[in-house]
Amino acid sequence: MDSALAVHRLHFAFTITFHYLFPQLTMGLALLIVILKTVALRTGDEHYNQAARFWVKIFAINFAMGVVTGIPMEFQFGTSWARFSKAAGGVIGQTLAMEGVYSFFLESTFLGLFVFGEKRLGPRLHWLSAVLVCLGAWLSGFFIIATDAWMQHPTAYKIGPNDQVLLTSFWELILNPWVFWQYLHNMIGAVVTASVVMASIGAYYLLVAKCVEHGRIFVRTGVITGTLATIAMLFPTGDGQGKMVAQNQPVTLAAMEGLFDTSEGAPLVLIGQPDTDKLALDNPIVIPKMLSFLTYRRWKAEVKGLKDFPRDQWPDNIPLLYFSYHIMLGIGTLLILIMLVCVWSLWRAHLFNNRALLWALMLALPFPYIATTAGWMTAELGRQPWLIYGLMRTSEGVSSRVSAGNGLFTLIGFMGLYLILGILFLFLVHREIEHGPDIEAIPAAGGVQ
Amino acid sequence: MIGTVWFCLVAIMIAGYVVLDGFDLGAGIIHLFVARTEQERQQVLRSIGPVWDGNEVWLLAAGGTLYFAFPALYAAAFSGFYLALMMVLWLLILRGISIELRGHIESPIWKPFWDLVFGGSSALLALLYGAALGNVVRGVPLDGNGFFFLPLWTNLQPGRDAGIVDWYTLLVGGASFVALAIHGCCWVVLKTSGDLQRRARQFGDRIWWAVVAFTAAITFFSFRLQPNLNTEFEVRPWGYVFPVLVVAGLVGMYVFSVRRRDLGTFLSSCLYLVGMLTSATFGLFPYVLPSNLEPEAGLTVSNAAAAPYGLYIGLAWWIPGMLLAAVYSVFVYQHFAGKVSD
Ligand code: HDD
Ligand code: HEM
Ligand code: HEM
Repeated sequence: MDSALAVHRLHFAFTITFHYLFPQLTMGLALLIVILKTVALRTGDEHYNQAARFWVKIFAINFAMGVVTGIPMEFQFGTSWARFSKAAGGVIGQTLAMEGVYSFFLESTFLGLFVFGEKRLGPRLHWLSAVLVCLGAWLSGFFIIATDAWMQHPTAYKIGPNDQVLLTSFWELILNPWVFWQYLHNMIGAVVTASVVMASIGAYYLLVAKCVEHGRIFVRTGVITGTLATIAMLFPTGDGQGKMVAQNQPVTLAAMEGLFDTSEGAPLVLIGQPDTDKLALDNPIVIPKMLSFLTYRRWKAEVKGLKDFPRDQWPDNIPLLYFSYHIMLGIGTLLILIMLVCVWSLWRAHLFNNRALLWALMLALPFPYIATTAGWMTAELGRQPWLIYGLMRTSEGVSSRVSAGNGLFTLIGFMGLYLILGILFLFLVHREIEHGPDIEAIPAAGGVQ
Repeated sequence: MIGTVWFCLVAIMIAGYVVLDGFDLGAGIIHLFVARTEQERQQVLRSIGPVWDGNEVWLLAAGGTLYFAFPALYAAAFSGFYLALMMVLWLLILRGISIELRGHIESPIWKPFWDLVFGGSSALLALLYGAALGNVVRGVPLDGNGFFFLPLWTNLQPGRDAGIVDWYTLLVGGASFVALAIHGCCWVVLKTSGDLQRRARQFGDRIWWAVVAFTAAITFFSFRLQPNLNTEFEVRPWGYVFPVLVVAGLVGMYVFSVRRRDLGTFLSSCLYLVGMLTSATFGLFPYVLPSNLEPEAGLTVSNAAAAPYGLYIGLAWWIPGMLLAAVYSVFVYQHFAGKVSD
């Protein structure tokens, strides 16, 4: 921990992981709120409006957390990764600045109207402001994913004087082939998070026999969207992401899968512990030939193992990368199973009385958060040792003048502050959940009190 | 050439940020002094509630645009002012949650606590922003690679081994503190009524004198410390329009306040802030971050700018994007126009 590089990496990893806990719910919930408001508008069922109002309150707390933890992210490109920013800012600055200009203005403007303006706006305009907030959040996700995708798979650039990375085509940057699957997979992941959270809180209400009418709406909505979204995580989007990795970062794929030896008909590892000293996988439980099939759609295809790549290209934390990937996969599979059973039971009209399934839904709450965090760790650890894949090493991008001591000082500061933020967040959300949806008509308009 | 265009655009965005977020920062600074009862504090908060987040987006949009147009400047300044910027972030976080969370719980300890956090973080932010501007005017010790690192303070002298805080940057910090405080007064006067409005008006009238004194002092010392200011105003005398804005703003604040023309007072305060910022940026041109060791090491509009292709493309999305943003802003300010009720 005394190297400045290690401290800056940990600093970034900690703050971004914390930040992403919030936007994933914002983006997913924005969509679900639009769905609830649409149903309310179509059917005139006031319960759906009350449900939407309840989620708007959770949304607002979550959004505030996302905003205050997001601002440090933008600063850190300059503070911690100054040499990277100096070289590549002309390229990724495009997408980052567009995020500010196109999505943050949109989101922040209409959020105020959306949260405070229901009375003044009337149902249709209020619905429209929900749609615009959702659009802003999803655009925000797009620009940030496009930035990350460029770092995973740089396109549309040439190297200029002083090793500057120069942009050569705006559209190639925006339409980077890596963006497509990454964006879909990540955004649908946000829908998974929101669906599970909604269903989980609904299940809680049903289990304690409180706000039952609304609990049913939450469970029904969450389970239906959740089923569609969790399946889409595996296929086509997870599969698509995997193929991008296999084609463009084969050494990352080998490390994710814990594949040390090149083999024809490579097996898919379910469980096992990679041992980077002996270069082997301990205690493996595998499905024979499955990996070859999944990556190349041929049972006999050759998949290259780590030993066939030069050591200095290997991701620098293979065990963590391997576990992150398998945790995401494991949770993804588990969620698909839970959702399928629940949707079947919902269809047979048993779900609301099936306490075992309601328990499962309630306890599933943390899983999507763990899966998204693990997924991002897979992506980012898998990119190592590169900051811009194949172009700039992480060690070459770090700020040269900020010492480990200064970095550690501010990291500790962030840890303390985020601990308090986390506690406050849980406390306030818990209060809202205990309070439950309001059943009176429209809450009083007006600003923040 | 395109570099200079972006220099102006970034300057406009920063000015936009200071004018807009400035009034809610200012409201934060003064609310502990002028708002006595719970109801008055709520009035202050309601006057900024629906707009403060949008105002802060100007910081992000300006930061993003600076990053894209002048990556070398962003990289140098953000890593060089590392410690101060991290503290700015902590303050922004505390301030953001104090505004958002205050209203959630009715309790005699919850609200006063967040009021204190809101006031304290707003005041410190105003000071730090001013100190940052002071550092840019004074210059920083850029090395051969165009980077530097400043400790928070050294011997408090604005010399070659100055830290982020020295007596000069502290003076600029003080100027920014009073300037934003009066800006906040003008806003509160504009948006409220009754006792609260009367106290805010009084407070503003009193610190007006401090604003004048600080303005004179930092002008005097800036010209002594940063020789480029002299040259620039000599070579391009049309640049005197910017200091004229400052004077007009100061006079306007006084005159309109006497006549109780609250919108005029507020706009004069905006004019003053814009004048101060544009005077400083104009005076530094072509530098964007001067060196306090040898002048040639400084970062300029041309050696810090991104490549022309990206900059030209940028105009194509920046112009429509900012027009849209302006439309939203007008829409929100109209929607929440008029005085907040008590
Ligand atoms: C709810 C969360 C969630 C769930 C259930 C899954 N994922 Fe995922 N995954 C993500 C959330 C996520 C993510 C957080 O959204 C990532 C991180 C980076 C990214 O773009 O998406 C990601 C990345 C990611 C990557 C790219 C890694 C890289 O770029 O190196 C692959 C190959 C997969 N996923 C594959 C899958 C498969 C086959 C799943 C099957 C069930 C799956 N994911 C479930
Ligand atoms: C929200 C999801 C994200 C998570 C959880 C995440 C996680 C991480 C982690 C764990 C690291 C440290 C890797 C290491 O040092 O070994 C890291 C590094 C980094 N990530 Fe991400 N990341 C996310 C999104 C992004 C995005 C969207 C970008 C770009 C816009 C980005 C840019 C970077 C950079 C610049 C570094 C530092 C350099 C490096 O270590 O590679 N990250 N991130
Ligand atoms: C290094 C990467 C990142 C940076 C620089 C960054 C920057 C920011 C900033 C500055 C804000 C506050 C905006 C405001 O004031 O309204 C924010 C919020 C947000 N970010 Fe991030 N962010 C990063 C990673 C991500 C990722 C990976 C996603 C999702 C894919 C994301 C999605 C959002 C969304 C939707 C918001 C809106 C507020 C909220 O959801 O709570 N961000 N981000």
